[in-house]
Amino acid sequence: MEMKKSRKIILTVIGIIVAIYTLFPFYLVVMNTFKNANSIVASPVGFEGVSFSQLMTNLSSVVNNSNFNFWYAFGTSVIITVISLVVLALFGGMAAWVICRNKTKWSTAIYMIFIASMIIPFQVVMLPLISTFRDVGNFVGISLLQSIPGIVFAYCGFGGAMTVFILTGFIKGIPYELEEAASIDGCSPEGTFFRIIFPLLTPVITTVTILNGMWIWNDYLLPSLMLGQNGKVKTLPVAVQAFVGSYVKQWDLILTAALLAIIPMVIIFLIAQKQIMNGMVEGAIK
Amino acid sequence: MSENSSSRKMLSLVLLAAGVAGMVVSLVMDFSGGGSPVRGPLLIIGAIAFLIGLYLFPTVEHHRGIINFIFLFPLLFTFAVTVIIPLLLGIFYSFTDWNGIKFTGFIGLTNYTTMFKDPAFIWSVLLTFLFVVFNMVLVNLVGFSLALLCTSKLKGVNFFRAAYFLPNLIGGIVLGYIWQFAFNNVLVQITAAISGHQNSVLANTKTAFMAIIVVYIWQYAGYIMLIYVTGLTTVPKDVLEASQIDGANAWTTLMKIKVPMIASTITICTFLTLTSAFKQFDVNMALTNGTGSVTDFFGSYLTNGTQMLALNIYNTAISKNNYALGQAKAVLFFIILACVSIIQVRISNKKEVEM
Repeated sequence: MEMKKSRKIILTVIGIIVAIYTLFPFYLVVMNTFKNANSIVASPVGFEGVSFSQLMTNLSSVVNNSNFNFWYAFGTSVIITVISLVVLALFGGMAAWVICRNKTKWSTAIYMIFIASMIIPFQVVMLPLISTFRDVGNFVGISLLQSIPGIVFAYCGFGGAMTVFILTGFIKGIPYELEEAASIDGCSPEGTFFRIIFPLLTPVITTVTILNGMWIWNDYLLPSLMLGQNGKVKTLPVAVQAFVGSYVKQWDLILTAALLAIIPMVIIFLIAQKQIMNGMVEGAIK
Repeated sequence: MSENSSSRKMLSLVLLAAGVAGMVVSLVMDFSGGGSPVRGPLLIIGAIAFLIGLYLFPTVEHHRGIINFIFLFPLLFTFAVTVIIPLLLGIFYSFTDWNGIKFTGFIGLTNYTTMFKDPAFIWSVLLTFLFVVFNMVLVNLVGFSLALLCTSKLKGVNFFRAAYFLPNLIGGIVLGYIWQFAFNNVLVQITAAISGHQNSVLANTKTAFMAIIVVYIWQYAGYIMLIYVTGLTTVPKDVLEASQIDGANAWTTLMKIKVPMIASTITICTFLTLTSAFKQFDVNMALTNGTGSVTDFFGSYLTNGTQMLALNIYNTAISKNNYALGQAKAVLFFIILACVSIIQVRISNKKEVEM
């Protein structure tokens, strides 16, 4: 199908205009972190007042701000996201394998409950969740609220259903003969899973890791409820929200904080563009 | 071999016994109110010891069953504690006067009748439905158009795709503030230069609502576009060529071939936008925090002009400290979403039968 040249040009122009529109907010953030508060208000779009030394000033005043505590929030977010992703991939893979390879009433029932639970909105469980976690925490004597283990636990519970759903679909496609052969050769069931099945899951685990990773990294409501707005432990979105709350209209600080919150995601996207886009689509279609 | 297995059996039994003992001791400590700091770790160590003991238990015929149990346990346990128990408790609490920590009595359906008597809540519900309808139509239209653009043979298609998808990577809170800046500081200057209008669009309820829709489309259309792109690439090339030979123009090809062939993708995207628009919270909170005045809504003055259902639930419980009422609203929210999902499953199943 060959397009006419004029149509091609029109389409390209439309494409560029839309791209400018989608990228414009990013431009605003980057441009204004190079300005001081007065220049931002005076000319938010233009180049006036842009200077590299101002960027350094903004960065250092945000990073060294004791209310924001950027590196601490960043580190907390990284730790929570990474541990949750590892735990979800491992436990999710184990559970999906058991559900998939045992055709009993129990495994079907568990699978159905997982699927059905995906329609539960967070809002309906969030309030009892906090009280349950408080009670369980008091019971075992380890605080689950305002703690990293508690939030990893919660993400494991909330992400479990979707992870199992996607992984089960993939494991169904792995020939059962592989496991039979391993078993005849004297491999134990757990050995079969860790040595044969789990390595085969790599592509689909990439998909669930991307889906869960985007969700956990950007999630605001769950950490804000579990960690509290002014708690000691903060994830990046919670820290940004608290920071903005205490510096209303100080756009030089707010936009610099926003830039710092965006950068890690954008860098990862530039590195793994294809995987991320494919992963997001696969997750939606299944 | 037998010596090895007998020592393994010993170890297994010791661990099982120690695990049970550890858990029992810590539970006894808890109920007797001892408050010893070791009871928590003791309970966890006991449970782990029990699981290891179970794993080492020398049995051939039950080994598979034990492994199944150990493999399922972590996810099921976390799932039960974070989803199932809170869900059941939540439905239960919505009939009580729960204050977030404890409840003193049942009050029947009072929470449910209270919320329907509250004009601010009715407003939030109606606004949410309006938002969902707008978004479902607009996000799909924009996403689909962008997908057509991105599947055409243009130069720079890969760049366009990445650029349109980029907003989806950013969390709602951060992008809400970025857009707040764009509306309050940039757009105001532009409108002031053109028409002398000094007010921000976020200051007026109607325009602020439109602003939320614009931001939502900005964030979500790129994602929906990607799904449509995948759908469009499954349309076979020979069918398209055949239609071209038969003299179909671009519009006919689009409506008579492409759209029918990606009907299942359209269903997926429609429901994705529907459910995610329903749950919209972060952008709503960061952009307007639900503020906005409505001068006359069935005779009452409202200050939550742009507050959608999810934010209304949050504010009722957290800001106004009315947990039971917030929980009842959340249960209603759940019922609405469950109905939507059931309809979706019905429609997709029907489609599959037809195909």
